[in-house]
Amino acid sequence: MEWYYPFIVLAKVVIVLIGVSLAAYINVYFFRKELGRMQSRMGPNRVGPEGLLQSLADAVKMLIKEDTIPADSDRLLFKIGPALLIIPIFVAFAVVPFSNDWSFGQTVLHPVISNTNVGLLIVLALTSMGVYGVVMGGWASNNKYGMMGSLRASAQMISYEVTLGLSVIGVVMLAHSLNLGDIVEGQASGTFATWYIVRQFPAFIIFFAGIMAESARPPFDLPEAESELVAGYHVEYSGARFFIYQTAEWSAMLLWVCVAVILFFGGWLPPFGALSFIPGWLWFIAKCYALIFTIIWVGATWPRIRYDELMTLNWKVFLPIGIANFFIVAAWKTIAASLGVGV
Amino acid sequence: MLNGVGALLRGLWTTLKHSVRPAITVRYPEQKRTVSANFRGRHRLYRHDNGLERCIGCELCAGACPSQAILVEPAENDSEHPVSPGERYAKRYEINMIRCIFCGLCEEACPVDAIKLGPEYELSDYDRGSFVYTKEMLLDPEHYAPRRQVHADVDVPRPGYTDGGKGLSDLYGTYRPMSSSTPRAKRDEA
Repeated sequence: MEWYYPFIVLAKVVIVLIGVSLAAYINVYFFRKELGRMQSRMGPNRVGPEGLLQSLADAVKMLIKEDTIPADSDRLLFKIGPALLIIPIFVAFAVVPFSNDWSFGQTVLHPVISNTNVGLLIVLALTSMGVYGVVMGGWASNNKYGMMGSLRASAQMISYEVTLGLSVIGVVMLAHSLNLGDIVEGQASGTFATWYIVRQFPAFIIFFAGIMAESARPPFDLPEAESELVAGYHVEYSGARFFIYQTAEWSAMLLWVCVAVILFFGGWLPPFGALSFIPGWLWFIAKCYALIFTIIWVGATWPRIRYDELMTLNWKVFLPIGIANFFIVAAWKTIAASLGVGV
Repeated sequence: MLNGVGALLRGLWTTLKHSVRPAITVRYPEQKRTVSANFRGRHRLYRHDNGLERCIGCELCAGACPSQAILVEPAENDSEHPVSPGERYAKRYEINMIRCIFCGLCEEACPVDAIKLGPEYELSDYDRGSFVYTKEMLLDPEHYAPRRQVHADVDVPRPGYTDGGKGLSDLYGTYRPMSSSTPRAKRDEA
């Protein structure tokens, strides 16, 4: 281990933190613009050229607003709620590999902060922690809408975590690894035919629905259903704390999209070998934004589903499919192993 | 169930189609829609072709006005230098634009077609006093109407409207900018 190793890790941490925060604001702009286009509107177009500085203006506005705490709230929980949501999500980015390795002569740089063997498990564990921030914020606000929002959020996130975890088991079995980098390399063959979205399509549908429910995007945005709950769990939040909640939600979406690209879309791998002259990190970003576009697209199209439909969809449709997928992959691997065929 | 999935996919296709179409938004302060020929905006007072004011100071507009926004003070015409063709003319003609509700009853009441509601609509200002429009302002919208308003649009015939493609001038007659040749201006100079 070289003496400068800690500095490299520190540099990576700073770059990822800044990059994730920046991407969250770019995503907000992208979301508004694209939602506007889908509704035959312009989207933001007043602040900066084509409204590019709108997110910055909103951030500044939220940060200089008065930070109110409701009189009858639980002040301590109210204050730590946003932090409890954003910290696990930012920590989870530590195990996400953004590109293939860069080599500078003898030195090889891994574009991941922590290349751990249980990366996927860490992502799932940390994002499960995020629900505490949501529940705490809604509870501490001492507000009926906030309370109901956080109740819905906890039920929805916990339910969908079950199927989310189940849907990645097939991928993990195929890749023989929980390391996110190894999962990407497990899909490498030169074409997109070996990406796990081809081999694990039902699992991808479940995973995609799961990440939309986890990050509370429409049509799964019941925790903040504005027609019923005003803003859901963060209804009493304002100023910087509200800003942290918003940033956390957008970062969570970005995290899940990164994980989805790694698990199902071959991460930084090009779809055809002929396109491998384009650097891996560009492929990674392109795939991420294709998925974010899909999330916006689905959210702009489909109406919010009813609460009982949300639960029915998860427990009666996704869970059986996930279990069946698990058994099919296991059976297929056993048969292939006994025949001596590689999977 | 397959019907349901088909409906979901059709919905996705619809939003995707709309996302590549141009937005229907008019970017208002930069772009302005042409107003309809019977649009009721800022009032205009009109003149006859020989330069005489149409208004004869009869006060029917003030009587018709439901919000009492119009003040007319008539005076006898000097037969040497008439301001209007009739016996009397409007010595003062003021409209309080804060009171005005743009109903158009004044132009319906007018027996000599002197007042019409024009196409200008950007009328905001900084103090209450400047909302009282005097006769000079109403006679000369080119000069006194808000600078940002596009006047060029006004007289262009607009096909597609139900008035058969007529421009405002076809309906209202052209208005004349106040010039030094009008009798009123001559008298003011003297």
